[in-house]
Amino acid sequence: MTTDELRRMAENSTNGCSQKKHCLKVCVAAGCISAGSDRVLEALKSAIEERGLKDDCEVKGVGCLGLCTAGPLMVVEPEGVMYQGVTEADAPAIVKSLGEKPVERLLCPSDMSFFTKQVKIVLENSGEIDPESIEDYIARDGYVALARVLEEMTPQEVIDEITRSGLRGRGGAGYPTGLKWSTVAKAGGSRKFVICNADEGDPGAFMDRSVLESDPHRVLEGMAIAAYAVGATQGYLYVRAEYPLAVKRLRTAIRQAERMGLLGSNICNTTFSFHVDIRLGAGAFVCGEETALIASIEGKRGQPRPRPPYPAEYGLWGYPTLINNVETFANVPPIIRKGGDWFASIGTEKSKGTKVFALAGRVNNTGLIEVPMGITLREIIFDIGGGIPDGGKFKAVQTGGPSGGCVPEQYLDMPVDYESLAKVGSIMGSGGMIVMDETSCMVDVAKFFMDFCVTESCGKCVPCRVGTAQMYELLQRITSGRATLDDLALLEELCDMVKHTSLCGLGQTAPNPVLSTLQYFREEYLAHIVDKQCPAGVCSIR
Amino acid sequence: MDGPVRVKTLKIDDRDVSGREDETILQVARQNGIFIPTLCFLEGLTPIGACRLCLVEVKGVSRLLPACVTRVEEGMEVYTQTERLQKYRRMVLELLFSERNHICSVCVVNGHCELQSMAQILGMTHVSVPYRFPRLPVDASHERFVVDHNRCILCTRCVRVCDEIEGAHTWDVMGRGIDCRVITDLNQPWGESETCTTCGKCVNVCPTGALFEKGRPVSERMKRRRFLPYLTMMREERR
Amino acid sequence: MSKKRIATVWLDGCSGCHMSFLDMDERLVELFQQADLVYSPLVDLKEFPEEVDITLVEGAVSSEEDLHKIRLVRERTKVLVSFGDCAVTGNVPSMRNPFGANATLQRAYLENVTLHPQVPREVIPPLLERVRPVHEVVKVDVFIPGCPPSADTIYQALRDLIEDRTPDMAQLTRFGA
Repeated sequence: MTTDELRRMAENSTNGCSQKKHCLKVCVAAGCISAGSDRVLEALKSAIEERGLKDDCEVKGVGCLGLCTAGPLMVVEPEGVMYQGVTEADAPAIVKSLGEKPVERLLCPSDMSFFTKQVKIVLENSGEIDPESIEDYIARDGYVALARVLEEMTPQEVIDEITRSGLRGRGGAGYPTGLKWSTVAKAGGSRKFVICNADEGDPGAFMDRSVLESDPHRVLEGMAIAAYAVGATQGYLYVRAEYPLAVKRLRTAIRQAERMGLLGSNICNTTFSFHVDIRLGAGAFVCGEETALIASIEGKRGQPRPRPPYPAEYGLWGYPTLINNVETFANVPPIIRKGGDWFASIGTEKSKGTKVFALAGRVNNTGLIEVPMGITLREIIFDIGGGIPDGGKFKAVQTGGPSGGCVPEQYLDMPVDYESLAKVGSIMGSGGMIVMDETSCMVDVAKFFMDFCVTESCGKCVPCRVGTAQMYELLQRITSGRATLDDLALLEELCDMVKHTSLCGLGQTAPNPVLSTLQYFREEYLAHIVDKQCPAGVCSIR
Repeated sequence: MDGPVRVKTLKIDDRDVSGREDETILQVARQNGIFIPTLCFLEGLTPIGACRLCLVEVKGVSRLLPACVTRVEEGMEVYTQTERLQKYRRMVLELLFSERNHICSVCVVNGHCELQSMAQILGMTHVSVPYRFPRLPVDASHERFVVDHNRCILCTRCVRVCDEIEGAHTWDVMGRGIDCRVITDLNQPWGESETCTTCGKCVNVCPTGALFEKGRPVSERMKRRRFLPYLTMMREERR
Repeated sequence: MSKKRIATVWLDGCSGCHMSFLDMDERLVELFQQADLVYSPLVDLKEFPEEVDITLVEGAVSSEEDLHKIRLVRERTKVLVSFGDCAVTGNVPSMRNPFGANATLQRAYLENVTLHPQVPREVIPPLLERVRPVHEVVKVDVFIPGCPPSADTIYQALRDLIEDRTPDMAQLTRFGA
């Protein structure tokens, strides 16, 4: 397969829809499937059959359309009419309306700011292509970047392009991707590995899941380009077993790509070979930490080890290893296709490109969104998210999951980028964003995340293993009205200690939800302790 | 890359010291009589940096570094006894004491326990976090040894000595976080373990009264913890 | 300088710490040149007095009565000293905690009794669900670990306290000593 062959294939298929008059795209990502979109898909097919429109209409499952709260979602092409909350019973009406007036009651206004304010790079194919069809992916310039890299670029040129783009790790910490790649490229050794970290585990986060379920080839292509750049021949996709649909689609994608010579041995008829295997995580949050993830792939207990040495130097089975997250790899093909400078033109000075967020909680439009870096929280929550439901009042937004913090109202106009979020005591994280209104008790929120850390601590180092359990106990005392001000002082001491002495990121960031709520909502803690009252009315104080 | 081993010069607590590039801060400190507390570390076993007692401050590095796994570097300025470190170390001990039921007065190794003496060395006179008082089993099914989970601090010395020195890998850890526990084989009673060779190395390296030998009076329950380096040295010479 | 008013109290413990206290022997005489023993299980006084300078508390907080007593003691004491492992850590009395108060009463008064097994409801104060070290209940100023702390340790600690110094207990004693 060469660039030209890919191009020809793309021209001949153009989305697999052009030959027919109508194309009905139904979202078959996990969110809509759980709302019954798979049954809608079948109902549409039989309705079309019944009306004898089989030659004129195509029905296909596509990736995530974004507005998960309104699922099941579907789009009728070429008109671009979007329907929300579709059920099986609606299928005949939708089919009947084809070529005529759309079904009014199901219309989802695709000109609402939820859609118009987004900028899609990572999600450019989500909701457009059938995730189980490599032809669909190729029709939208898929694997062109890989072919071009192999035909025209040296590994160093690839790394330079990524460096120029300013892409930073989307797993949470924001380490410059180009720098990471060049470190692994420079590391000596007979073998090297590329690992894709798809062990997404933050409560309320589903970005990686959606990408894998909607556009799996994009991640594989990104991994292959990375492998070429750093000199690896074997890759692993570490996916949590709780994502069976993502795993199934990845398996299909790997098989398809291997059959077309886009993965495996002698890719695109060059000397470059790259094999990808899937490894399933057994449901441990800590395995998202890179050294624990490596231990898990090696078949050991998923526990982190002290760094240095970093995986770039001493990784899987002791060989130099590149680990990036799903979204990071998903950004690679467009950067190669359109150039690093194009990517760098989006976003802020230090945070380039876009970021995918899973918008959840007390907000009207929950779902998957992709926005340019530097957008304000207000735009995300009020324009894209449509504000707080039931006339509620915004209180805080939690970013970064159990490692992040709660950002209060006064920072709503702050741009969303790595540095700004860190400055106010939160982190970018992998992209979970939970909106809270005055019905949320901030102590209770902190307790929720601490409970999560207690359960997910691997138990290797003392501060995280015992410290989180003790902090949880103290939070429990506060929310049940049994705490004293001494307990609060002790809690703060423990936060400081666990943050600075834990072995890995899980423990080091576990106190963040407590620290940030203490910083901005201290009066809520005091209300529980001194007045024995929960202002939000969430905690039952005896 | 097999050149001669280089020597680095550095400062530990404002003292000029030198160490081979493959040596850790802890090794060089100990050679120079500088005390850094440790619990999970034991000479002869792979260091894992888990107990966090050996954390030190290094000038110009924002994170605290575990001395047992951090290699010396040229020009490093290491501080081992700052007020902050001492506070954190005491808290680590307090967390360990609060985690399980460490009742020194009735413990089989009272007087020969590394946890107990570390508390005294580091000046920890009480535990400020609430005691957890978990309910934990004692497994006395083995003909010669007992494991008392009430006293275990999960240093995993037993796991490592069994795997790395004895080669049996009878011990391992199960569970997560606060529910972690050392187990024999696939969580069978120790007495029913098919891999245990009854060598007793785990008992000797255990810093507390979690592992002990039956039928000895408390005063004789001294543990021999320093045999490992000799054992490995002898083995390597024979090779 | 007026004489320091010293008291000792006995909560849930074996009285070993008080025995060790008496082991100071003739040094007791020397100490109480500069201080008065105003309340103790060793002296015959029913009510814990007001304005005590130093109180040594032996034993853990195990019952409603202990709870009531230690709060009163704290109120009337300037420097409260957790005296011995039971007060400092909960020690042996706390060994019932993993099982709870009921299981303890069952084992002690029902399972192991052959004649008229019954849980006493009067005279004996109700047990707390959990035995707790003194500092989990009230603020403690000085901790003297040891089971029991040696007479030398107690002497040194009291010397320091009487002369308004903070004793460095880690130098003198440890848990289980």
